[in-house]
Amino acid sequence: MNFYFSVADLSAIWLTIKLATVVTVILLLIGTPIAWWLARTRCWWKGPAGAVVALPIVLPPTVIGFYLLVAMGPDGPLGQFTQSLGLGLLPFTFAGLVVASVFYSLPFVVQPLQNAFENIPERSLETAATLRASVLDTFFSVVLPLSKPGFLTASVLGFAHTVGEFGVVLMIGGNIPDQTRVVSVQIYDHVEAMQYTSAHWLSAAMVVFAFVALLLLYTLNPTGRRK
Amino acid sequence: MNSSFVTCASVQSANNFCGLSDAQIKMRVVSQFAARVLIFVCLLVAGKAAHAEEKITIAAAADLKFALGEIVVLFKSTHPAAQIETIYGSSGKFSTQIRQGAPYDLYFSADISYPRALKAEGFASSEVQPYAVGRIVLWSPSRDAGKMTLADLADPSIRKIAIANPQHAPYGKRAEEALRAAGMWEKIKAKLVYGENVAQTAQFVQTGNAQVGIIALSLALSTEMAKQGDYALIPDKLHQPLEQGFIITERAADNLLVRDFAAFIAGKEARNIMSRHGFELPGEVE
Repeated sequence: MNFYFSVADLSAIWLTIKLATVVTVILLLIGTPIAWWLARTRCWWKGPAGAVVALPIVLPPTVIGFYLLVAMGPDGPLGQFTQSLGLGLLPFTFAGLVVASVFYSLPFVVQPLQNAFENIPERSLETAATLRASVLDTFFSVVLPLSKPGFLTASVLGFAHTVGEFGVVLMIGGNIPDQTRVVSVQIYDHVEAMQYTSAHWLSAAMVVFAFVALLLLYTLNPTGRRK
Repeated sequence: MNSSFVTCASVQSANNFCGLSDAQIKMRVVSQFAARVLIFVCLLVAGKAAHAEEKITIAAAADLKFALGEIVVLFKSTHPAAQIETIYGSSGKFSTQIRQGAPYDLYFSADISYPRALKAEGFASSEVQPYAVGRIVLWSPSRDAGKMTLADLADPSIRKIAIANPQHAPYGKRAEEALRAAGMWEKIKAKLVYGENVAQTAQFVQTGNAQVGIIALSLALSTEMAKQGDYALIPDKLHQPLEQGFIITERAADNLLVRDFAAFIAGKEARNIMSRHGFELPGEVE
């Protein structure tokens, strides 16, 4: 065997990495304020909001895929919104996959961050405040260093969970090369077309990737260590 | 401020607790429970096996959804004791599953080459029976598809066109052949989106995310879809015939009810239903 991955396989791998990277960056940006709010608020709807964020963990991907397909369609609220912005429709596009994945992987980023934020002693923040540190300054010089393990966990899980996505992509992606045909869908197509050798190579690559990602998480992350 | 210390302390004590023999006791309880569940499942399976003769499990291509449902109802009217379970999905997936020992008694494939391959490999206990020839159509709920031809697909107001995945879905393969034969493939390739099977392809169009789709006539004729949109037949000289065939699997070799059902499929009543649902019949096209 001389070639392990076909050109189509390589483009699926590249697309998957691109998708997961974009999604992880967006998730860290929007997940951080959400997690901070959830960790610090005493508002009564903290519970309901936390539950909404966690929904994708429990819901089958088919439910998310179905609702997104309808909502992003020409008659759906999201579809009408994107059309009014002149962006067209989201299904079958890379942008559509990004939107879907952000929703789908949200809890995997928010929850580790929320845990990290909850473990920051109130005293550190009060001390920073008495030293007249601004909110942003406090965030960058106190919160960020103290919750580094949380950010590491959030990034790895957000990235890995997006790579592992299948059902939602299958339902709203339309299987377009270089746009929506990610590795998990490509493997499915290989199996369906009975190209088992190609399916094996890609699947093995996914196993290695998943193992390395988790290994990174467990070895680098000091929160995992017990005293 | 104190709450974080309390959480830490409780986590640590829980860890110490779990390391001790309580865990072993828990394990024992769990394994006993698992053993009971296993016995229960075995009994259940044994009970079902005793009635195997009255039960048929059919794996059928997604395009048969409406036609086969009607045929099963009619068959049951003369075989009231028969329990017939039909699973619809992609032909390719079913053939892989049958190779891996899936519990299907009959396999209806939208592409006759799959059951032929299974027969050659010894997974069939009957000959490969052709039962229908499928047709592909252009379908759209948002424009007058009744008057459309493949050449109209180049229209810039059509942004997305859904077809089944030509890599493995029989209807997708034929759609690609027809588009190529009409000289349209290269022109519209960038607008194509691929459904996992022909039913998902139809769903992309139904939800309005694709404006036009190439789907099975049998789906376009279904009550639900006929209400929503019109269709135009794609000339069958543009593609290889969608010859469909079924086999009785090896596991159902001695199942008399399955034999009855297979004979019923070849009968006049079943053929009428097939033809009403948009299939041509093997005897009629040569």
